[in-house]
Amino acid sequence: MFKLTDIAIDPSALTKTLKNDAAGAVVSFEGRVRNHNDGRAVDHLIYQSYEKLAAKEAEAILKEARERYPVLEAHCVHRVGKLEIGEVAVWVAVASAHRKEAFDACEFIIDSIKHRLPIWKKETYSDGSHEWVNCRHETEAVCP
Amino acid sequence: MINLPQPNQMKQNHKLTVIYYAILRDQRGIDSETIETEVETPLALFGKLKEEHGFSLEPEQMRVAVNDEIADWQVKLADNDVIVFLPPVAGG
Repeated sequence: MFKLTDIAIDPSALTKTLKNDAAGAVVSFEGRVRNHNDGRAVDHLIYQSYEKLAAKEAEAILKEARERYPVLEAHCVHRVGKLEIGEVAVWVAVASAHRKEAFDACEFIIDSIKHRLPIWKKETYSDGSHEWVNCRHETEAVCP
Repeated sequence: MINLPQPNQMKQNHKLTVIYYAILRDQRGIDSETIETEVETPLALFGKLKEEHGFSLEPEQMRVAVNDEIADWQVKLADNDVIVFLPPVAGG
């Protein structure tokens, strides 16, 4: 299951929904908004998503995870909109018979989500300036 | 009936919808627009829009989606296609 949501993610409530009697392990990950990035103090974030493609791509990632690892459940919820420091931006959870494949699959999913989903993050810094992360042009000079 | 290509069909205008996200949306100042153009590929379309609106990104930094599917930059665009240029992503 993959979901985009513009309301606060409650990881413990979500994790409780993972019920599978064959599962001896549940590994979950929550990505939170931290107060700094690249040495700059962050005030808040805005996530924007291309919903249709993000949903398609996320379902493909979850399917790949189920094919690569013997997992029983694999889920992800990603937040969009404005997020304050400490809020949960993304939640991933995997259930499997044993812990190793749950850890591995969870890592595979969050890494793939970060690299492949059409979701963009705008950081607003404490000095009021803002920037879309990863969107600076490579040829732009970095100030010494 | 055989539909022979007519010379005037070679460079026909088509109606395309472009949806903008993230930095492109900020730089364009609107979420989406429908344009009549004779450009034939996403690459040519982005070149034209970059020239008009001064987008900072280069096609090499992006992927493109046509009708909600990742597409080749050189694919032939058709009437009513919906094009989304995907800036470098930063989910998670």
